[in-house]
Amino acid sequence: MPVQLKTLIPLFAVFIILFLIARHFLIPDSFGKYGHYRANSIDEIAALPINYAGKAVCIDCHDTEAELLASDAHAGLSCEVCHGPNAKHADDYEIKEYLIKQGTREFCGRCHSLNPARKIEVINQIDIKEHHPEKENCIDCHNPHAVWELKE
Amino acid sequence: MEHLYEILKHVDGFIYPNEIELQWGILIILYPYITGLVAGAFILASLERVFKIKVLRPTYHLALLTALAFLIVAGLPLVSHLGHPFRSYEILTTPQLGSAMAIFGFVYLWYLMVVLLLEIWFDYRYDLVIWSNESKGIKRRIYKILTLGVTDISPKALAWDKKLGYIITVIGIPSAFLLHGYVGFIFGSIKANPWWSTVLMPVIFLLSAMVSGIALVMFLYMVVSWIRKVKIDMACLDEIGKFLFMVLILDFTLESLDQVHRIYEAEESFEILHMLVTGKLTYTLFIFQGLMGTIIPLLTLGFFRMYLPKEKLRKPIYFLVSCLVLFGVFFMRWNVVIGGQLFSKSFLGFTSFKLGMVGLEGFWMALVWMIMPFLILSFILWLLPPWKKHSEETV
Ligand code: HEC
Ligand code: HEC
Ligand code: HEC
Ligand code: HEC
Repeated sequence: MPVQLKTLIPLFAVFIILFLIARHFLIPDSFGKYGHYRANSIDEIAALPINYAGKAVCIDCHDTEAELLASDAHAGLSCEVCHGPNAKHADDYEIKEYLIKQGTREFCGRCHSLNPARKIEVINQIDIKEHHPEKENCIDCHNPHAVWELKE
Repeated sequence: MEHLYEILKHVDGFIYPNEIELQWGILIILYPYITGLVAGAFILASLERVFKIKVLRPTYHLALLTALAFLIVAGLPLVSHLGHPFRSYEILTTPQLGSAMAIFGFVYLWYLMVVLLLEIWFDYRYDLVIWSNESKGIKRRIYKILTLGVTDISPKALAWDKKLGYIITVIGIPSAFLLHGYVGFIFGSIKANPWWSTVLMPVIFLLSAMVSGIALVMFLYMVVSWIRKVKIDMACLDEIGKFLFMVLILDFTLESLDQVHRIYEAEESFEILHMLVTGKLTYTLFIFQGLMGTIIPLLTLGFFRMYLPKEKLRKPIYFLVSCLVLFGVFFMRWNVVIGGQLFSKSFLGFTSFKLGMVGLEGFWMALVWMIMPFLILSFILWLLPPWKKHSEETV
């Protein structure tokens, strides 16, 4: 065997072995248990604080609004899409500072203002500046929970 | 909401929200550019060695060391693009074998460790031994370490250096093709993007890599000769020019074929690509890449095949041609990387690219990565000067 290889082969072998050792220590414990990721990350993510309570929880206490909502075009919406994430309020109803209760033109416009990227068949849109400008806010006419229950 | 109105000024037509901002910026242009320079320079060196083209001898070592200097930097734009340098080793420890991108670490290491370093080592071993005896102080120590303790310089050992170096070169050519074909594959395999998704992409990348690598060696050979105040070997320069010409023809043909094919097929994406090419990419594609980077060098080098002007005139022209080619290939990468992200996958609109100056993704960062290989090369040339090699006469 040539002298060069007598040095190079062991040298490369050492590199590879060092790499394998380093790899052994660098790979996180639970890696690959379920797939190409760290299995522990599931628990870590599950342990993060919850922000949304979910519609079912809100309905427990607010049956009036829930019934109203279910009766009209907004039936498909979740409460927290308008009122904001409120797991804290659901745990303790005294906590109300995170509740959003807006019925302004900008607020409803988040979903209903004209936008070419939205299909009109999927969601009805209006020009929020031109649409019935005689009253200031949308909820001055539309009931946010039962939208076709118009106030005069 | 206001920040959206600001962004929307850069958008024409209809575009999905996640397409407004380009995720792959200038650093992703540099990555294929620099890897291409490596592969090209190496292939030029191999020509000399494997096909025994003796006139190229003066650039052989320069080409190898250039390949090394650029390869060291090749992966770094990616690291700064991804922004998590301390996690970068994970691509080696836990690669997702089903992903082409995850394989880069191994392709890179193979090329660096098995091909380039070994070839250079075999080539310089004799000199390292001699230099370690001749020089003093820290340099002596460095040379000693670089010999890896193999100080046998009997004719038998030297013959092995030559033989093993040759084997490495032979392995190296397909490896260089692999390295850069791989980079093209990364783009060519993105099926959702009609500007990228073509089987020709790896081949085109490879050929443009060779073009740019050859041009780089030509450029460096002239610059290094000027700095060292030695005469430029015109026969060698002409030969490089010849190769540059040949590869440039191939590259040009294939890239045109790709476009002709695209135009003839005229798939549903054609309209938007047509608008892209005649709109946002006009300058970078037709003027920079096409005219300056390809047509002018092609005509000049082609003319040189028929009539060789005087040395005095030829030298600056070669210099200019190499600069133009380097410039053109950079914009070829630009057109691929940026072009592919400018149009919406709805085929109904465009966004625009604005190159930021500062930041990890900005112009200054890119400039650092572009200057770095030249600094490394200067260092390597100082440490392992090809013109001071002893083995030239003996081998
Ligand atoms: C444990 C029962 C309970 C649950 C669960 C609950 N709430 Fe309430 N919520 C209340 C009570 C009680 C009030 C009235 C408090 C008051 O008037 O002082 C209230 C008030 C409100 C108000 C009006 C606040 C105001 O300032 O007038 C809104 C809006 C509201 N809740 C939304 C929600 C939403 C959305 C959810 C689901 C995430 C929810 N609530 C879940 C008990 C509950
Ligand atoms: C389309 C958005 C929207 C949805 C969805 C919605 N709300 Fe409301 N809600 C409002 C607005 C706006 C107001 C404020 C009305 C006002 O000030 O007159 C409001 C007011 C309330 C109030 C206070 C009523 C009061 O008399 O002060 C409660 C309680 C409430 N909502 C509960 C709910 C619950 C529970 C749900 C889910 C079942 C829900 N909301 C879904 C928009 C919404
Ligand atoms: C989270 C998005 C969202 C918000 C916020 C929202 N809506 Fe809606 N709205 C919907 C959806 C979804 C529908 C049902 C689809 C449809 O018919 O357009 C709907 C339906 C309606 C309709 C009936 C349209 C029809 O064609 O029958 C009216 C009126 C309406 N909303 C008014 C409002 C008003 C007023 C507000 C503000 C208080 C509001 N919406 C806020 C999503 C929203
Ligand atoms: C002055 C009362 C009034 C106000 C304020 C008002 N609406 Fe209406 N809205 C109506 C009436 C009445 C209709 C029935 C159709 C019509 O007249 O256009 C209607 C219809 C709609 C429709 C269905 C449109 C269609 O063509 O079927 C939507 C969606 C709607 N309103 C959303 C809103 C939103 C969002 C706001 C706040 C920006 C708002 N409205 C403010 C009175 C009002």
